[in-house]
Amino acid sequence: MLNIVVCVKAVPDPKEANKIKIDPVTKTLTRPGVPLVLNPLDKNALETALQIKAQHDAHVAVLSLGPPQAGKIVKECLALGADRGFLLCDPAFAGADAYATAYTLAKGIEKIGSYDVVLCGRASSDGSTEWVGPELATWLGIPVVTRVKEIVAFDGEWWKVKASLENGHRLVRAKLPAVFTVTKELNTPRTLSFSGIVGARKKEITRWGISELGVSEESVGLKGSPTIVSRMTTKDSKRQVEIIAGTREEKAERLVQRLVEAGVI
Amino acid sequence: MIDFTFTEEQELFRQAAREFAETQIAPRIPEMEETGRVNAEVVKALGEAEMMAITIPQEYGGLGLGYVARLIALEEISRVSVATAMMLQVLGLGIEPIIKFGTEEQKKKYLPGLAAGERLATIAVTEPTGGSDPTGGRTSYQKDGDDYVINGRKCFITNSHIADTIIVLAKDEEDPDAFSTFVVEGGMEGFKPGHREHKVGLRGCNTGELIFENCRVRGENLLGAEGQGLRVAMTGISEVGRGGMVGCGLGLQAACLEASVKFAQERILYGKPISRLQTIQNKLAEMKIDLDAGRLLGYRAAARQDQGLRSSNEFAVAKHFTTEAAQKAAKMAVDIHGGYGCLEEYAVTRYWRDAAVLGPSAGTSDIMKVIIARWVLS
Repeated sequence: MLNIVVCVKAVPDPKEANKIKIDPVTKTLTRPGVPLVLNPLDKNALETALQIKAQHDAHVAVLSLGPPQAGKIVKECLALGADRGFLLCDPAFAGADAYATAYTLAKGIEKIGSYDVVLCGRASSDGSTEWVGPELATWLGIPVVTRVKEIVAFDGEWWKVKASLENGHRLVRAKLPAVFTVTKELNTPRTLSFSGIVGARKKEITRWGISELGVSEESVGLKGSPTIVSRMTTKDSKRQVEIIAGTREEKAERLVQRLVEAGVI
Repeated sequence: MIDFTFTEEQELFRQAAREFAETQIAPRIPEMEETGRVNAEVVKALGEAEMMAITIPQEYGGLGLGYVARLIALEEISRVSVATAMMLQVLGLGIEPIIKFGTEEQKKKYLPGLAAGERLATIAVTEPTGGSDPTGGRTSYQKDGDDYVINGRKCFITNSHIADTIIVLAKDEEDPDAFSTFVVEGGMEGFKPGHREHKVGLRGCNTGELIFENCRVRGENLLGAEGQGLRVAMTGISEVGRGGMVGCGLGLQAACLEASVKFAQERILYGKPISRLQTIQNKLAEMKIDLDAGRLLGYRAAARQDQGLRSSNEFAVAKHFTTEAAQKAAKMAVDIHGGYGCLEEYAVTRYWRDAAVLGPSAGTSDIMKVIIARWVLS
């Protein structure tokens, strides 16, 4: 049996991104009232696992690091078809950067035990560093292929995948166990069904804190994060309206002139 | 303490219904609006998404989720398409009497197909001479050996031309005070849909006439005991029917508020978004107050229904409030949009037309007041 672990993150709903602000003192994101949802690219990662499970003998575990409310997105993954859920949840985990997040997830995966494939979304819609996948592979000491857009062939030992580059793609063969981060081109994630939600009633979510993971407070969360955010700014975008008068030709000429002056063209 | 929060599972139901409505129904609304006809793809999608299965017990192929889940689904679908929510709510209304009054054989025969969306249900009570007063109907039946022969004409029947499993209320020709209900199936001899109505709103949801001319049904198609037809029909209408209208009303209220907030934040007047004008804010606040109040009334009634408590009066209150509030919200949404509120490109024009149909459906607001007054005076 192929054991697949899908790492998922609860992120502020990207549809309500305009409500997300930066706290000028703590330099962290504040998101009052913005609901947490499953990171969109993690849906592609889960879909990949579920499609493999539909064709082969596979077990799909979902792993998330987050606050208690992240339990809902783990439940959502179970409703979508994952077999088992794990939530790493402890006040000590709060404030983790990509490094500490990858470390904690790696500890979670080690505790889950057997794993052949670890799937992650390419990036999260909030932090968007794309670091967690590669760092997770480093902590686990296994290969990583980032930005996978097509699975060309796979068996229980090797996966051959197409991975996106800026101007094309590369064909990579990776020996399992390995980490793959996936792009949205890979598949179209399925949507929730009522019967899937009912089916998730029987599936278990295991919650682990620092004591269950056997990690120190200093190695996780804010304390375990070497990243220092020195400055964060919000970008102001202001609209300016100017009505250009004249004949059609004059208007076109003045419009081009104004765009050149504004440095747009 | 009363817990007003939805469970994690109920929130997932809402998310599932919202995703379904936005991806499967929204793209088909322009065609529904243009033709006024039921979109076969929408009906198919409703079946595939198990929307007809919500209240059907699991042993008959349903999900057995009850009425809060149904209200959540209807609200979310109505938020996108009131017409589709109306169609779905009446499919449920046709299913309910079979769940409540069907024999084991009838349940096994009809419910699995209805749950899968392979069969489509409706209920036929209203006639030109009686709707809110069902005893005014003239459709009659006559017993003939083991069979019954039905004659008459029903009007304002939602799903009239798509349903193939129809719960028909008729009076005994021998005893005009005795009513019975029958399951009439599509294709039965003597039964045919008649005129299709052309409604101002809810385009894409079919309403029309049903004609029975010596329609012969077998004794096994009698639903509930003979002479108990009013009880069979009214149990469904007073709880599931009104409850469904609450879902339609709430979804429309939510849609009006969302469209208004979006427009008010984008529309610049006097150098600033009109959302900063107090007169606009007042309208938005009123819409929000009505939406929250409507949800409290609607979900209270649905929660009672799930507990097996009588909920028809509570649903009458909620139906009156939410369908009136939906009409109010649609008018305010059109007002906020100004001239744009008269353009078909803006959904609020559809909301306004749809709102006009919600009032009279499943009992007018005046009839709801009659029921509510009867409740407080009893």
